[in-house]
Amino acid sequence: MNPLSMADLLPLVPEGFLLASLCILLLADLFIPQSERSTTHWLTVAVLAFTAILVWRADADTSLAGSAFSGMFLNDGVATICKLFILLTSALALIYARPYLIARKLFQGEFYTLTGFAVLGMLLLVSAGNMLTAYLGLELLALPLYALVALDRDNGRSAEAAIKYFVLGALASGMLLYGISMIYGASGALDFGSIRAAAVSNSPHPWLYGIGVAFVVIGIAFKFGAAPFHMWLPDVYQGAPTAVTLFIGSAPKIAAFGLAYRLLDGALDPWFRYWQAMLVVLVLLSLTIGNLVAIAQTNFKRMLAYSTISHVGFLLLGFIAHSAEGYAAALFYAISYAVTASAGFGLLMLLSRVGFEAEEIADFRGLNQRNPWYALMMMLVMASFAGVPLLVGFLAKFVVLKAALGVANAELLWLVIVAGVFAVIGAFYYLRVIKVMYFEAPAEAASGPLPLPQDLAFRWVLSGNVLALLGLGIFGGPLISWCVRAIAGG
Amino acid sequence: MTFSLLLFYLFALVLIGAALAVVSVRNSVHAALFLVLAFFTSAGIWLLLHAEFLAITLVLVYVGAVMVLFLFVVMMLDVKAQPVKHSGQQYLPVAIGVALLMLAEVIALVGVGELDDGGGIQDGAAIAGLSNIEWLGHALFSDYILPFEIAAVILTVAIIAAVALTLRHRPNVRTQSAPAQSAVSASERVRLVNLPSSTAKGQTP
Repeated sequence: MNPLSMADLLPLVPEGFLLASLCILLLADLFIPQSERSTTHWLTVAVLAFTAILVWRADADTSLAGSAFSGMFLNDGVATICKLFILLTSALALIYARPYLIARKLFQGEFYTLTGFAVLGMLLLVSAGNMLTAYLGLELLALPLYALVALDRDNGRSAEAAIKYFVLGALASGMLLYGISMIYGASGALDFGSIRAAAVSNSPHPWLYGIGVAFVVIGIAFKFGAAPFHMWLPDVYQGAPTAVTLFIGSAPKIAAFGLAYRLLDGALDPWFRYWQAMLVVLVLLSLTIGNLVAIAQTNFKRMLAYSTISHVGFLLLGFIAHSAEGYAAALFYAISYAVTASAGFGLLMLLSRVGFEAEEIADFRGLNQRNPWYALMMMLVMASFAGVPLLVGFLAKFVVLKAALGVANAELLWLVIVAGVFAVIGAFYYLRVIKVMYFEAPAEAASGPLPLPQDLAFRWVLSGNVLALLGLGIFGGPLISWCVRAIAGG
Repeated sequence: MTFSLLLFYLFALVLIGAALAVVSVRNSVHAALFLVLAFFTSAGIWLLLHAEFLAITLVLVYVGAVMVLFLFVVMMLDVKAQPVKHSGQQYLPVAIGVALLMLAEVIALVGVGELDDGGGIQDGAAIAGLSNIEWLGHALFSDYILPFEIAAVILTVAIIAAVALTLRHRPNVRTQSAPAQSAVSASERVRLVNLPSSTAKGQTP
């Protein structure tokens, strides 16, 4: 038993600051009248920004590198890059959400508190060095999300989505816990390093590990939304308020990468033959179901949900490569997807206004005539999703496929070809949105210029976000090499 | 077969039976009572594993507090026994077949006999030479302090989420106002009124 020391606490300063600020915000919000609610909004964004600075400082201070709390908390390069982008995309989600929430009378302090706690859960999750901290971080992420989906209480569809999300999320947690208990039973350890060591030194129960790995992979696939465990995703994306969909669709994908990286590489690496075979099935099904079903969707949010499934397939392809290059590619994919999804849902909220929920693809008809600038923005986002060169989506797909090709004997060549084919099929439904925007006349009821929200921060940040997709696509080298460095160092 | 192994099989059998009954009986009060039985039996299994403190906590917290609350709720909601639904029955043979197949596979794969040594798990309390609760307390507040605190944050979030989802400020509803009640002063509570006497002065009724 190790007594606590400052060396344990110092690496946790960013998380501690976030937790303390959230508690203060929760109390302070009670004394803020509804007309001044924007104070809570900007305070929360400022807290996220300051946490990011602290994460940066904790990374720069080499004395804090390594692990704390006897290996339960890891402070390495992967944790830092994941945390910084989780904080960035969460802050984007908050900024985009404000006009939407005000218009729907959902502009409450609880939205910010719950989002903040979900961010805290993600930060702990990507730093987990132990099955316990990984699981608890995951729950701390999931619990606020269930509540956020149901935040619009008088909307029956939101309630339905929340119930589905809650039940399936609990099921996924059960699967993950079952797998963890199997691995604990076989190795006698919860610590990732010890599990790895136990598996290498003596493995009297290979099948016990096998079952454990199977359930852990199922749990991860549920949380990612990889087919065939994707059932909750379209309903939750469609049913949740768009502001919440944006949050669910962006930062938690980076956290899910963190979870998968910690569990599959950190703990279960000696058993990679088992999980590699399972991931191949997941990737195949995700690419097929995600891309083919998305073609049939008329609802934009459902279409993006199915597109998420196909993107998860690509992301997992990086894991299948089972190399440092593959993990780095998957990390880059997760980051670029989160940034692109933020912009996509942000644009969707730009079109929504009081009494009008823009969520059908038909709502984009003739957007070019109504507002050429945002039609251009939307086109860039769709092109990035589709993987058109010069945009970040292309670069992400490229590095993942390149890493998968680097596997010895090119035994995954067929899978890379399948992924390439589905990337082309997937381009169809993104291009359809562009076609609707540019080559169709706007509906009679909405033919005037687009009524834009008054929130200038929202509009500027959104445009900056979309232009960042272009910037990252052309000058993405430093970010990719940062990902490679993080994986190599951790 | 030792006595404790016999006890384990007995407890396990009762536990599985009770758990099946929870999801299959149609009366929700009965289901809740079967859940009590399931908790109680698993506490017995934990006792066999020398986890005395956890076993007692399970009985105290789950049986004593959570399930009683649950029963209150079930009784207050006045849930009627559900009529038999035949729609799900047709899948029952297939479901049982699949479940048995999976069970056979798992047993074949793992080999039950292989597990008798208990894997690599060791009884930490026995090694340290401490009583179960003492060791648990030390471990919880030293090695496992971080997960312990995260669990505390999760509970806080659960409260916030529950309040955010259920608290409604409705106007025009007649409810007590707790702040107004506690902020009241004596002068507001009682109003002393001088009433003119109905009888003449000095006269006794």
